[in-house]
Amino acid sequence: MEEEAGMFRVHQTIGSVLCCKCGIPMAPNAANMCVKCLRSEVDITEGLQKHVIILHCPECDTYLQPPRTWIKAQLESKELLTFCVKRLKNLSKVKLVHAEFVWTEPHSKRIKVKLRVQKEVLNGAILEQTYIVEYVQQDHMCDSCTRVQANPDQWVAAIQLRQHVSHRRTFFYLEQLILRHDAAARAIKIKQMDQGIDFFFANRSHAVKFLEFLGKVAPIKSRHDKQLVSHDPKSNNYNYKYTFSVEICPICREDLICLPPKVVVSLGNLGPLVLCTKVSNNIILLDPSTLRHCFMDADQYWRVSFKSLLSSRQLVEYIILDVEALSSEVNVGGSKYALADAQVARVSDFGKNDKIFTIKTHLGHLLNPGDYALGYDLYGANSNDIELDKYKGFSLPDVILIRKSYEEKHQRKRGKPRHWKLKSLNMEVDSSTRGRIDEEKMYSEYEEFLKDLEENPEMRFNISLYRNKEYQHSEVASMTDGEDVPSVPLEELLADLELNDEDNDDESMKG
Amino acid sequence: MATRLQFENSCEIGVFSKLTNAYCLVAIGGSENFYSTFESELADVIPVVKTSIGGSRIIGRLCAGNKKGLLVPHTITDQELQHLRNSLPDQVVVQRLDERLSALGNCIACNDHVALTHTDLDKETEEMITDVLGVEVFRQTIAGNLLVGSYCAFSNRGGLVHPHTSIEDLDELSTLLQVPLVAGTVNRGSEVIAAGMIVNDWTAFCGSDTTATELSVIESVFKLREAQPTAIVDEMRKSLIDSYV
Repeated sequence: MEEEAGMFRVHQTIGSVLCCKCGIPMAPNAANMCVKCLRSEVDITEGLQKHVIILHCPECDTYLQPPRTWIKAQLESKELLTFCVKRLKNLSKVKLVHAEFVWTEPHSKRIKVKLRVQKEVLNGAILEQTYIVEYVQQDHMCDSCTRVQANPDQWVAAIQLRQHVSHRRTFFYLEQLILRHDAAARAIKIKQMDQGIDFFFANRSHAVKFLEFLGKVAPIKSRHDKQLVSHDPKSNNYNYKYTFSVEICPICREDLICLPPKVVVSLGNLGPLVLCTKVSNNIILLDPSTLRHCFMDADQYWRVSFKSLLSSRQLVEYIILDVEALSSEVNVGGSKYALADAQVARVSDFGKNDKIFTIKTHLGHLLNPGDYALGYDLYGANSNDIELDKYKGFSLPDVILIRKSYEEKHQRKRGKPRHWKLKSLNMEVDSSTRGRIDEEKMYSEYEEFLKDLEENPEMRFNISLYRNKEYQHSEVASMTDGEDVPSVPLEELLADLELNDEDNDDESMKG
Repeated sequence: MATRLQFENSCEIGVFSKLTNAYCLVAIGGSENFYSTFESELADVIPVVKTSIGGSRIIGRLCAGNKKGLLVPHTITDQELQHLRNSLPDQVVVQRLDERLSALGNCIACNDHVALTHTDLDKETEEMITDVLGVEVFRQTIAGNLLVGSYCAFSNRGGLVHPHTSIEDLDELSTLLQVPLVAGTVNRGSEVIAAGMIVNDWTAFCGSDTTATELSVIESVFKLREAQPTAIVDEMRKSLIDSYV
């Protein structure tokens, strides 16, 4: 504009002309008609849809977007607005400037959307016009709801999870893991069976996803099968029921295992007696006499599939009489161990006879004389293992200590509620299992599991603990004598999310 | 008195005809309706001449003139020129111009006293205009358009210009032309005034799309309501309705 600095520019005032139709004075525009006359002349909404029918599923509150997608949307929400605008054909002819809902009664089955569009008419003039589109909402159940209604127990894919051991510790732990990761969100039914749990899904891909999740947290072996339910010869549609049979390896934490000779050799002469220290999707085996450890992943295990010799139900309590450290503390795969010589006696023997065992233990860093420990009584056990027989001339140690026992301390705390609690999955108990599930046994096993959680911080790693509102905090403070029983520190507890109005949001927030 | 008519279904009658106070030129059309409308209005007063210029029918846009003369482009054939000379009254000087901008009707707008021309017209052409038409020539633009002959139509009594003309421009033009001017449209919002209507001191003709509003504007600015041809004596002493919209 600098070159015009020297020029004199007259200020131009726009005059007014009469609208060529109605004669009212107006500023001249491209059509030289006032807006009303232009509107009466040209209707830019001609040819656009004003009346649309949309299908709505009353069960799950979703709307159908043909051919097959059902979109979940609340009334007067952004998703519904996008959906409604998408359903309009021919909207590409005009430019959409604004869209909003007009309020209608919720049960009137009508949705009204006010749209503002612009289009060019008559040599350059752009005309803007608002108009209302009415959507008639017809109720029509979506496919999944129809299937659920027709047969509520109908499932398409099932996962049968089994572990052939006599306790349910793994399943308690798995339950907590599943809750933490929300892996069973798509399961339509979960059933507790003898030695396992069954999960039912409405879709094969949900089952496969869950199976993959299981593969990541436990060493499993699975096989799958399908059964034809129906067949449409015209469209060649086949409906199947898919079943996945999943078995978890029977080796659990703290199990004593006698490895078959081939495995010993393949693992580099890791002594035939090993302890299992950790089970995730791999198994970690620790040789207590040499403090060597190794990993075995699911494939490797299932190729040899050895069983455990003794499991934690057969632990016996010992009292430590003397401890002599042999080596310093070493860090073996994340946990600390120290080799030590110890003199122990069974608590059942203590005071009655003089049976004392001198053993090597890997818990030297934890034990002091006078402590109690749990261990496997190989001296008194009658092991009927094929693998053990293969080792000729192998001398079994008398006792293998597993962990320190806090039984005494727990005696004091018995009956007092914990300050944390766990959530549980919504499981159906199968009433047809020939009465094998013993209530009492289940309860004591669950207690053991909770005690386990308290004592092992690494077990708590993948689990969500919630603060117990009913717990009275004051009583614990008075108990400060001697060694503190290991307990869950308060920071690890997730306060239970209390969102009163938005209970459904709880699910999404956990994910 | 403004009349509405069409030339072969087109409302742009200013393209196919030229009207001055002394004569009227009409294009040769397929049907005689166009010609007969002019005849019925003007036959007693001024000659209505059928012609073509250079074989084309868009004579309104190719020539420019007033009661004193008529300027035609170099594209006109000798025969047509002769025909014009024969048909028009003797006091009208028909002059052929050698001008690069040959659509003289688009470049020159004039009445009997003043003319507005395209700014790029030759100097000789300007002199020729002054001589033949006996007018004062002003080079102007209307609402930023160079084709003054298209975007305005004026007679000795008033004028109609392009609707987007600003008020300052309107004042300036009015001062130059010494007639009242108004910005308006013709043919239902068309901005090309001179193509949509032709006018002289007592009558005007517009395209049939012209709305009543536009017609009333035209009649008021060109003062056609009371106008009568000066050669005819008014015999209707008691006229109830002079004209109605």
